[in-house]
Amino acid sequence: MSSKKATPVKTSGLHIGAVEPGVKKTDPIITIDKVHRQFGGLTAVDVDHLEIPRGVITALIGPNGAGKTTLFNLLTGFDSPDTGSWTLNGRSIAGVPAFKLAKMGQVRTFQLTKALALLTVLENMKLGAKSQRGESFIASLFPFLWKKQEGEIAEKALRLLQKFKLDAKKDDFAGSLSGGQRKLLEMARALMSDPELVMLDEPMAGVNPALTQSLLDHILNLKQEGMTVLFVEHDMHMVSHIADWVVVLAEGKVVAEGAPEDVMKNPAVVDAYLGSHQDVDLGVITGRVSKGSE
Amino acid sequence: MDWGIILSNTAQSLLSPATMAFALAALGLAVHFGFAGLLNFGIAGFMAVGAYGYAISILTFGLPWWLSALVGIAAAVLFAVVMGVPTLRLRGDYLAIVTIAAAEIVRLLFLTTAFEEVTGSADGLFGYHASFRASNPFPPGTYGFGPWSYNEVELWVLVIGVVLVALAALLVWRLMHSPWGRVIKGIREDEDAVRALGKNVFSYKIQALIIGGVIAAVGGIVYALPSAVNPNVYMTSLTFFVWTALLLGGAATVFGPLLGAMIFWVLQAFLSSFLPALVASGILPLVSSAQAATLRFVLVGVGLVLLVIFRPQGILGDKRELTFVK
Amino acid sequence: MAVETSSRSFAFLAKVVLSLIIATLAALTSAPALADTVGEEYDFRVAGNVKNQGDPLEGVVITVSGAGFSSSVATDADGKWAIGVPEDGQWTVSLDKSSLPDEVVTEGTELSRSVEVGQSGSVIQNFIFGKTERMVISFTDQLISRLIYGLNFGLMLGLAAVGLSLVYGTTGLSNFSHAELVTFGALMALTFGVVLSLPLWIAFPLALVASAGLGWAQDAGLWRPLRKRGLGLVQLMIVSIGLSLAARYLMQFFIGGGTQQLPGASARKIPLFGAVALSAVDLASMGISLAIIIIFALWLTFSKTGKATRAISDNSDLAAASGIDVDRVVRIVWVIASTLAGLAGILWAYFRPGIKWDMGEKILLLMFAAVVLGGLGTAFGALIGAIIVGLLVETSALFIPSDLKYVGALGLLIAILLVRPQGLLGRKERVG
Repeated sequence: MSSKKATPVKTSGLHIGAVEPGVKKTDPIITIDKVHRQFGGLTAVDVDHLEIPRGVITALIGPNGAGKTTLFNLLTGFDSPDTGSWTLNGRSIAGVPAFKLAKMGQVRTFQLTKALALLTVLENMKLGAKSQRGESFIASLFPFLWKKQEGEIAEKALRLLQKFKLDAKKDDFAGSLSGGQRKLLEMARALMSDPELVMLDEPMAGVNPALTQSLLDHILNLKQEGMTVLFVEHDMHMVSHIADWVVVLAEGKVVAEGAPEDVMKNPAVVDAYLGSHQDVDLGVITGRVSKGSE
Repeated sequence: MDWGIILSNTAQSLLSPATMAFALAALGLAVHFGFAGLLNFGIAGFMAVGAYGYAISILTFGLPWWLSALVGIAAAVLFAVVMGVPTLRLRGDYLAIVTIAAAEIVRLLFLTTAFEEVTGSADGLFGYHASFRASNPFPPGTYGFGPWSYNEVELWVLVIGVVLVALAALLVWRLMHSPWGRVIKGIREDEDAVRALGKNVFSYKIQALIIGGVIAAVGGIVYALPSAVNPNVYMTSLTFFVWTALLLGGAATVFGPLLGAMIFWVLQAFLSSFLPALVASGILPLVSSAQAATLRFVLVGVGLVLLVIFRPQGILGDKRELTFVK
Repeated sequence: MAVETSSRSFAFLAKVVLSLIIATLAALTSAPALADTVGEEYDFRVAGNVKNQGDPLEGVVITVSGAGFSSSVATDADGKWAIGVPEDGQWTVSLDKSSLPDEVVTEGTELSRSVEVGQSGSVIQNFIFGKTERMVISFTDQLISRLIYGLNFGLMLGLAAVGLSLVYGTTGLSNFSHAELVTFGALMALTFGVVLSLPLWIAFPLALVASAGLGWAQDAGLWRPLRKRGLGLVQLMIVSIGLSLAARYLMQFFIGGGTQQLPGASARKIPLFGAVALSAVDLASMGISLAIIIIFALWLTFSKTGKATRAISDNSDLAAASGIDVDRVVRIVWVIASTLAGLAGILWAYFRPGIKWDMGEKILLLMFAAVVLGGLGTAFGALIGAIIVGLLVETSALFIPSDLKYVGALGLLIAILLVRPQGLLGRKERVG
């Protein structure tokens, strides 16, 4: 990984046909169909069709309250929709509980970092590993059944920690780490299970600017190692810098999709964020309100 | 004031069946709360289920004592599953309320005259010791010295109790130093994080509930072994006393609950001899000896308040490891 | 500097209030027992009336005997008798025929009967001569009488539960020592009304003032300092458990293990309709509960502090940001909660009837059931929940053994938490 601020190589040719919300992808890892989630009277998510391309970095953006975290929670099994379905690698995963999804190769991080402060850094990392024999109740009573695997997991953990420059802190309680270090820990821990799809919920939130470049490099590295990344973000610079594909949500609907530079210039997107058509309700753009009806 | 009797009573309580039972109950609660973060305020219910399961198996079904003990344990497993499956997804203080209610329902069911034939209702159950005493390997005689003198039956009970405490402690220690224990400690702090790492959180919580519940039920059986089973023992205040012992020793440790239980019980024994003696010798005026007895429970309450405010990690605990302390 | 001195003087005031309360409690240790009873040092009671053709008979000898215990007493001028017994369970009540006046016809009336003292601690057994009273009470009549009792109980429970809910709503504390506030109110009524023999219209308000004082002292001396110290909610809950232990046994320290009565507790029940018979005390109790609840509801809905209380229960950060003095409102909530609980204690003392050191504890879980059913944090929910719990507890006695009548309410508590944890009036919390 170079320490110079190199321009990431963007992948193109991800879509089939004209670029518009819900466009098909050449190699989707996730396809989402007619997902609807309502809280009381408020529609949080109303996505007709969306496909996330494999092997690249996709950004999910939109103004506050657009439904990004709700969609995230739905996709990762932390919430259930009113209607709708979606698939991972062609396999339907709507209604699959969160822990099973993680075993299937889809991991997530949280907006408010969930580094387990009362465990040490190394224990946090070991927790992230999959298929641990020692985690079953009966087996745990007989160390000879899991000691070897535990050693292998510890080695892998140390390698990852070195990559993230956290190895010196391996025996410290995670609670003693700084906010940015905990973000790195959460990302490193998620990688322990060799995931296929890494979903990051606002990875830059609350991170000081000095750490931002390091985090960006780590995310780019995920793509280099063949993983697919889907992240929610507000930081436009980050999005345009590393994203191969951008999906824009507003009022629960997908209002635009495409390569970052195209999406940034899309008037609908600009309106959604900046409200330059201030006299026009955002609902007009999303289709909730018909034009001229005010 | 006869210090001889006071100290003798106190010393005796160090190694009594009640102390062993309490230690087991506290250990079970440590698995629930100290390690898994489950706010179980129904631990008295588990003890009751174990004790009644044991006594009823002997008296109503005529089973030998060791098989009856297994029945008591099986009953505790069933209770844990029935209580846990619907309620373990509730958040903290809701779970506390539900577990108190569940334990109280169990106690009322054991107390009601409707099942008097089997449970003995308010009189409880007694006279089930025959098969246990029959399997006593120690020949008749007196063993030990000073305040720790026992006849062969008492010694048998004591040996069983100590062995069970040691086994339970070893079990918990092994569990908590394994990957299984790591998952449990993670769940204690943040379920969602552990879920996102691919662990079936619900399954782990049920396992913790069962394991802790079985240990507490064994405590109930040990308590009932030499004496009787009485529904008035398994009240909510017993749960609160076990909590006090656990927090005193150190909630998230293996030896903490044992230490806390011993100190609690020894202190209780000391005060129940010491306070009435103070009254009798006129040092505590205006107080009758019945009143002196209630004073020690007042002290337990005050002690619990001070403990949880000023030293929630107890004697052996590590403050950095506690989840319920902000 | 001003803040420091004022908080110090508040703490001092809290200590003064507490000392006054303890001194008053100390007077209780010499509380006399009720007349016309024997064996009042026991926890359990068999009592009743002896009448001939509607008129009370005096001087009739009644004997209660059972497991190795036997005691006799003669009826008083009202035909009443009461005998304390050492344990619950089966007892035989027998009437000495030779102590009856000659003209009493005893054919058709059993002179020796078996009774059961259950969880309530007492049982009534009447000897009625002169009329063949064959009362076949229809199911509907029984149901209606149970509903009325249940309503009475529910209203009283509501007074206690409302405070519990409000304290939870404004501070997040599940207060396990709330039951002791109920017992305390009854105890204060006993102190002022019986021990100090003040007329009831002075004694009861004084008892309420004492309850209010205790609530004030608790928040000033314990809960506010702990909140400021930043204690977590689980820690606070455990503190409340320790407090409940200490308070309960302290009260046992002062009044012992027996049951005491307030004046007028054994008032005659007036038959109203069907199987419903309420005493003047029962009617007054329902009336008072209803009146206080209505006044409280009006306060909560229309007064400034009432609205502030609801705002804080809803969202305390937002309430504080909009200028509400959260600490002051919380203090007022504690005072109101403890006063209402104290009133509930006095009413509970008449309902049971009897004052015992752990009388509050017996209904603590019912209070939680009421609060959870209605919605933790909502006052109106607690009232509705309490009435439902009261009705359920009393009517369930028609279908299941009466010593299991609390099981229904406890089962309901668990069921609500599983199916609809926000209760009837609460709002569902959004995850994340």
